[in-house]
Amino acid sequence: MRPGTRYLVLIHVAAVVMAVVVLAPFAWLVVSSISPSTELLSSHPHWIPQHPTLSRYRQIFSSAPGSDDVAANFRLAMGNSLIVATATTLISLAVGTVGGYAFARLRFRFRRTALFSFLAIYMLPPIALVIPLYLALANLGLLDTKTGLVVTYCSIVTPFCLWTMSNYYLSMPPDLEEAARVDGCTRLGALVRVILPLARPGLLTTGMFGFLLAWDEFLYSLIFTSTTNAKTIPVAIAEFTGKYSSDFGLIAAGGVLAAAPPLLLALLFQRYIVGGLTSGAVKG
Amino acid sequence: MALLLPAAVVVFGVVLYPVIRTFVVSLYDVNSPMAGAYPFVGLHNYTRVFQDSGFYPVLGHTLYFTLVSTFAELTLGIAVALLLNAPLKARWLWRSIVVLPWALPTIVNGALWRWIYNGQYGALNGVLDSLGISHTPHQWLGSPFLALNMVILADVWKNTSIVVFFILAGLQTIPADLYEAARMDGAGAWKAFWRVTLPLLAPSIAVVLILRTIEAFKVFDIIYVMTGGGPASGTQTIAFYTYLQAFSNQLFGYGAALAYLIVIAVFVLAMAYLRILRQGQMAGVE
Repeated sequence: MRPGTRYLVLIHVAAVVMAVVVLAPFAWLVVSSISPSTELLSSHPHWIPQHPTLSRYRQIFSSAPGSDDVAANFRLAMGNSLIVATATTLISLAVGTVGGYAFARLRFRFRRTALFSFLAIYMLPPIALVIPLYLALANLGLLDTKTGLVVTYCSIVTPFCLWTMSNYYLSMPPDLEEAARVDGCTRLGALVRVILPLARPGLLTTGMFGFLLAWDEFLYSLIFTSTTNAKTIPVAIAEFTGKYSSDFGLIAAGGVLAAAPPLLLALLFQRYIVGGLTSGAVKG
Repeated sequence: MALLLPAAVVVFGVVLYPVIRTFVVSLYDVNSPMAGAYPFVGLHNYTRVFQDSGFYPVLGHTLYFTLVSTFAELTLGIAVALLLNAPLKARWLWRSIVVLPWALPTIVNGALWRWIYNGQYGALNGVLDSLGISHTPHQWLGSPFLALNMVILADVWKNTSIVVFFILAGLQTIPADLYEAARMDGAGAWKAFWRVTLPLLAPSIAVVLILRTIEAFKVFDIIYVMTGGGPASGTQTIAFYTYLQAFSNQLFGYGAALAYLIVIAVFVLAMAYLRILRQGQMAGVE
């Protein structure tokens, strides 16, 4: 049965309505970031800026670092976020890839209990851990350092990588690695030489989700960081929003920059998301 | 087993001590960040939660936030997923659009909607004015109950996105011949939806329902950036209240007890989640 013309018109109209609802706030974020303050603070919003300006982006990228300069803070916070999220993703992916393999292919005692305890950790509210973690990091001299953040973020992102990678391995046929084992490979050798090259789509998607998790994290960074030494971009934006809520132009420019890496990743990996969701538990 | 060691060190090395330590702190009357001898109070911090008259409204906001946001995200999510599964032209384009709010960082989303809701210069008042719906500016975040609903709206706008992809994944496992059979039996599109689509989506719906409930129950970030819990504490949720007790009032013992109550609630939900996952796997529905 071919769908009727009326039906086709209807679903396309619905899709356009949906697209407008989704895209309008994004458009307003971008427009606000390039509108001069006088236009942002006019009695009626200017949907299209009459005198668009890139001055805020220029400010963020070129202003000298100083404790009070918000634009410079945004730039440094972006750098911190990039370093922390990348390091977290790489470490979590490495240990999660190996550990996930153990869960998928080896049979050992307490396998299910171990898997569930990793998953339980992933679901713990950060507010329940933040006080003792703060004190522990203080004792180790890791407060307000990127290292301190990477260490804590890995404890969230690793269980996630472990779970999704384990599910990914389960969807792969075991014959290949068995062949490699017969040829004299060790477990680890088979994993590195045979499985990982085949698991590349799974690795990339898991890495993308992990990066987004780390990039989005807020509470730990809020409590553990105090200066531009380690402050991440969500904290910089939240702080500035609270202090100078009327200067939205600069917040918007910071927001556009903070949104760019995760949005690009999500667009690149869009076609894998459905498959990733069926195989693993993704943070909803 | 050696393969698991690195992951175990990375995760439990960080988490094990705080998990235990928070529980210990919840048994003492700790009221400063300094180390020292604090009086042991047993479960007093837990019973105190239920005698705390400030706690009940906070619990109310949390339940309201959780129920309304989860229900809205699920209904909208199913509708959009069905749309994306329909024979649209340039399907990849629509899917790419829908994925965007999910990838937007939570804090940026909160800051953006706070700006949209701004009573003087906000885009929402501007749109209502342009469309001739309302010419008087509204203070969207100015009164407690309205503010709570507006925060929920911002949350729904962002998080419906991931629900769509969960449901879409579920829709793609439904074999086409089932619809064929339903049509043979004379069922229309509406009937096919209730008789075929919805029952077969049940595992996906259950999974997404529980995951969203857990997230909504822990909600903190968007409250922090949009309203700071105000006005008149009207948007304070349990996680936010816990944060205030511990970090503003320095009641670390009480804060730890509150945190453990969230942990218990999340665990009950997580157990239900795992059960459904296991049943799904046994029934061959992944």
